[in-house]
Amino acid sequence: MRAGRRLLDTMAVLIALVTVFPIYWMVLSAVKPAGEIQSLEQRPWTFHPSLDAFHRVLAVNDFGRYLLNSVLVALVVVLVSGLLAFLAAVALTRFNFRFRTTILVSFLIAQMVPIEALTIPLFFLVRDVGTVVPGIGLNTLGSLMLVHTAFTLPFAIWMLRGFVQAIPDELDEAAQLDGAGRFTVLWRILFPLVAPGLAAVSVFSFIHAWNDFLFARTFIISEADNQTLPMALLVFFKPDENDWGAIMAASTLMTVPVLIFFLVVRRRLVAGLGGAVKD
Amino acid sequence: MSISKKGTRAPLWLLLPAAVVLGGLFLYPMYQLGLLSVLDFTQAQVSGGRPASFVGAENYTRLFADPQFWSVLGATVLFAAACVVATLAVGAGLAVLLTRISRVPRLLLSVAAMAAWAVPAVSGSTTWMFLFDTDLGFVNQLFGIEGFNWMYDRYTAFALVGAVVVWASFPFVMVTLYAGIEAIPKSVLEAASLDGANAWRAFWQIMVPILRPVLAIVVIQSIIWDFKVFTQIYVMTRGGGLAGQNLTLNVYAYQQAFASSEYSRGAAIGVVMMLILLAVTVLYLRTLRRSGEQL
Repeated sequence: MRAGRRLLDTMAVLIALVTVFPIYWMVLSAVKPAGEIQSLEQRPWTFHPSLDAFHRVLAVNDFGRYLLNSVLVALVVVLVSGLLAFLAAVALTRFNFRFRTTILVSFLIAQMVPIEALTIPLFFLVRDVGTVVPGIGLNTLGSLMLVHTAFTLPFAIWMLRGFVQAIPDELDEAAQLDGAGRFTVLWRILFPLVAPGLAAVSVFSFIHAWNDFLFARTFIISEADNQTLPMALLVFFKPDENDWGAIMAASTLMTVPVLIFFLVVRRRLVAGLGGAVKD
Repeated sequence: MSISKKGTRAPLWLLLPAAVVLGGLFLYPMYQLGLLSVLDFTQAQVSGGRPASFVGAENYTRLFADPQFWSVLGATVLFAAACVVATLAVGAGLAVLLTRISRVPRLLLSVAAMAAWAVPAVSGSTTWMFLFDTDLGFVNQLFGIEGFNWMYDRYTAFALVGAVVVWASFPFVMVTLYAGIEAIPKSVLEAASLDGANAWRAFWQIMVPILRPVLAIVVIQSIIWDFKVFTQIYVMTRGGGLAGQNLTLNVYAYQQAFASSEYSRGAAIGVVMMLILLAVTVLYLRTLRRSGEQL
């Protein structure tokens, strides 16, 4: 029994190491000096860490700007989609009306839609809208914010619904008996109680917007200043020789914020997911 | 249902903002996708030189007559199936493992899985590309196969992309199933082991039946994700591999539209994909319904 457990423990630790190895390799390669990166004898360690690659990425290729663009898009998406999802989730849990179930099911179906296929009509939509409202046309960050808000909404609503449902009805009833209006109930009672759920939803929305490669690639065609990280990263792939040091440094820059975010909210995330899966 | 009174318009106002966004950026594009697929819409129409004309089902008949479409469809189904099976096997195996190990290894494994889950698809792809690079890749050097290019062969390229997909998606399965297993009353599992059931039997005959609803969700979710893999394929195989050998429906539709300016053809492929996923979704909803969920 004891020996069996020790064997399983060792196995688990080994699997954990294999799982994080690519991440370790990414960070390691980002701080290796150029000579070791181009070496035909790659070592899984380095004694001469250098920030050259980061310097190349941030100073020479203006990666800071793309980082800022990505942050900006993700933040706006988190805020707007969180707010809209909260209102919709309240409507779908606290009220009973015709088509309520239909609407719910359509949110579920919306999650399955291959949004990649929608890039084609969306490309033309954004192009045409851009001639009227320049802020959300092609080559703008606004266009990215808009589509990501739309694509994070169905899941956000679906997930938040579980959290709103968990708040006992008696609470809003008591508040209303005390003379609170609907608006007060919404913001003073429900909103604070749903906040943990909103945090979990925010993580998903943030990651969705942050990781997006597809729309950045499709919409931002000629305005290099408005590129986001995933596209900017591909600049270091060159036909003659890839700049692996810079690619790994850029990948690290792109990964670290999400990684920290994920590990911090790990527990809550699992709870939130459980809620979304169960409901 | 406490803030509600009969006939109130409040839910309408609450739903309105979300409905506007989804209507404009979800429903309307879906309609447009269908419309595009029955029009003749290529570069000439985009630049405004020629009006788009209605061609009916012609895009579809031409698509179905194209052997490349069938080859891509077959590859997509096989690739997705392989990814789903591998993801579930790894995820379920590790979920069971998590229940049988000490606290510290459990924490290590779940943090490691979370980390892999968190890595953005683009950075994950680039990192694995470097690890498996022809000359500079650590893996090739470790196994002494320098000069071997994983991307030349259709199957090794698909296998490598699949590995990245599984690496990024097994944590979801593991975490969800582990939560499910933990929710099973200990007494049930203890009773089974007293009755002499080994781990293998306990898994198949006790956990699997109890976890059926959770398993169904995890399976369908994986099918949908793996059918739609885009970033990993696009980045790692440089847009579909040598001579398009690693195209899947998603990337194929995208390339037809944006690389070849065959927008209508791309839209038709998109519609086909949408219908396949819709079928999977209907299955998903029926499973949910059967497991007694209230909507």
